[in-house]
Amino acid sequence: MRYSGFKVFTEGLFGNKGWQPAWREPQPKSEYDVVIIGGGGHGLATAYYLAKNHGITNVAVLEKGYLGGGNVGRNTTIVRANYFLPGNSEFYSHSLKLWEKLEAELNYNVMHSQRGQIVLFHSDGQRDAAVRRGNSIANQGDDAELLSRDQLKRMVPYLDYEQTRFPIYGGLIQRRAGTARHDAVAWGYARGADARGVDLIQNCEVTGIDIENGHVRGVQTTRGPIRAKKVAMVAAGRSGQVAAMAGMRLPIESHVLQAFVTEGLKPVIDSVISFGMGHFYISQSDKGGLVFGGDLDFYASYASRGNLPMLEHVMEAGMTLMPMIGKAKILRGWGGIMDMTPDGSPIIDKTHIEGLYIDAGWNYGGFKATPASGWCMAHLMATDQPHEVARRFRLDRFRTGHLLDEEGTGSQHNLH
Amino acid sequence: MRIPCPLCGPRDRREFYYYGSDDYLNRPGEDAPPEAWDDHLHLRDNPAGLTRDLWYHEQGCAAWIELHRNTVTHEILSARLVAERAGAAGANGASTGTSRKKAAAPAKGTKA
Ligand SMILES: Cc1cc2nc3c(=O)[nH]c(=O)nc-3n(C[C@H](O)[C@H](O)[C@H](O)COP(=O)(O)OP(=O)(O)OC[C@H]3O[C@@H](n4cnc5c(N)ncnc54)[C@H](O)[C@@H]3O)c2cc1C
Ligand SMILES: [Zn+2]
Repeated sequence: MRYSGFKVFTEGLFGNKGWQPAWREPQPKSEYDVVIIGGGGHGLATAYYLAKNHGITNVAVLEKGYLGGGNVGRNTTIVRANYFLPGNSEFYSHSLKLWEKLEAELNYNVMHSQRGQIVLFHSDGQRDAAVRRGNSIANQGDDAELLSRDQLKRMVPYLDYEQTRFPIYGGLIQRRAGTARHDAVAWGYARGADARGVDLIQNCEVTGIDIENGHVRGVQTTRGPIRAKKVAMVAAGRSGQVAAMAGMRLPIESHVLQAFVTEGLKPVIDSVISFGMGHFYISQSDKGGLVFGGDLDFYASYASRGNLPMLEHVMEAGMTLMPMIGKAKILRGWGGIMDMTPDGSPIIDKTHIEGLYIDAGWNYGGFKATPASGWCMAHLMATDQPHEVARRFRLDRFRTGHLLDEEGTGSQHNLH
Repeated sequence: MRIPCPLCGPRDRREFYYYGSDDYLNRPGEDAPPEAWDDHLHLRDNPAGLTRDLWYHEQGCAAWIELHRNTVTHEILSARLVAERAGAAGANGASTGTSRKKAAAPAKGTKA
């Protein structure tokens, strides 16, 4: 069924009785050409582009819970392309271009809003770093603009400019950055993949990966064995455990990241704002809630909830930056499990097992990567060649020393 | 979360700096191949359940502590000084992550 304004209007006239489910609920078949482990944003996007770009439709996405129940439905939805290192910058640039056409592509309202992201700086040194980053973003072909303190004051007058501890010197804005409705991205890709013949199988946990003579043969699941010619591991925070089923040890440590949302308020924050002196970022959802977050809890964890010290720290950072939010009531806080790599960059690669592929290590920032990750993973699985913009996301780069350490914090998983 | 420091007793989690898994204690020798360094620095078992990892009592006694704990429930089963592990190279822990002490504070800004 095609969605349109006209359809919404006519359905409204006739009691909304004509809507159909957005995807089927198929029983798993005994064999597929491709099985994708994980029905998050990246798994669903991979399935969609396998079908759309490469005509590979005998595909199943196996999800242990429900579609979109993982990080894709838990993040703070920031979409941007302001990376610095070659390897990262062209990939996120490609992703942002896909975002800009995503709604038309999927015939689905993902509420992609290019409201701009402002990263603040608070010292001369930070300004120099912002100029350098801005130039590299411009070189990659995307937009970046330096804002003076006066320009900022006109745009976002409610920041605390007067404080002496972290004075605000200015900001770097990317106007094409912004936010999107996270679950809608999962649903849009799910619907598009289903329409092209992909089986989306929920409540189906993969419990084993079958390997014979160095070739992948299929998977064991809670709904029985499924044979497959190719298998993709796209399990985000659970990547380590899924890879262990294939006898692999990954350069990944799983950590919990929290986020928070306030009660709905009238429109007040119309861009994404990132504090440069504490890790704090905030935007306002279309429902009116202020959505914000900060750093990891910093110790390895598989609990999908955080601890209080980081909650307190995030609130402190928010109050330092914009005291006006102090009276807003927090509605909810939650956590998601992040797959942290020792250089902070992701992995899209083959493994040493024939037919087994991996897409993992998305750290703090995998939501914005969703379209390009699916695009490049599908390309890799269909052609057995890395896509041009993802060719540095190699699994063996840690051994060979070709790290992509965007933050420059060294080989410690929780520092990226 | 409270961490039972063997020297100071139970202390607030905020007094501790987290380093990572106890793989950091198995430092390869000088002429070890790149694979050994990859194991030491990057590759992790990353268990959902019991793990052993390294914490530094930064705002306390400055000891490196190895915790035996659960990554799903956050329960802590036991704690001991890294310096007292079997095979530890003396109280200064020459074979341990102490040689690296504390890495730089995380960079701020634009990770999400
Ligand atoms: C609090 C928070 C804030 C964030 N903010 C941002 C942000 O502002 N911008 C940004 O770009 N990124 C952000 N991220 C990161 C981003 O959400 C993730 O990097 C990204 O969603 C991960 O990819 P995914 O969508 O495929 O993951 P997921 O949605 O987690 O998908 C993985 C799926 O695999 C399934 N699975 C796991 N094991 C198995 C198994 N054995 N069998 C079957 N299925 C299995 C899981 O159930 C899950 O549904 C944030 C993350 C969190 C937690
Ligand atoms: Zn102590």
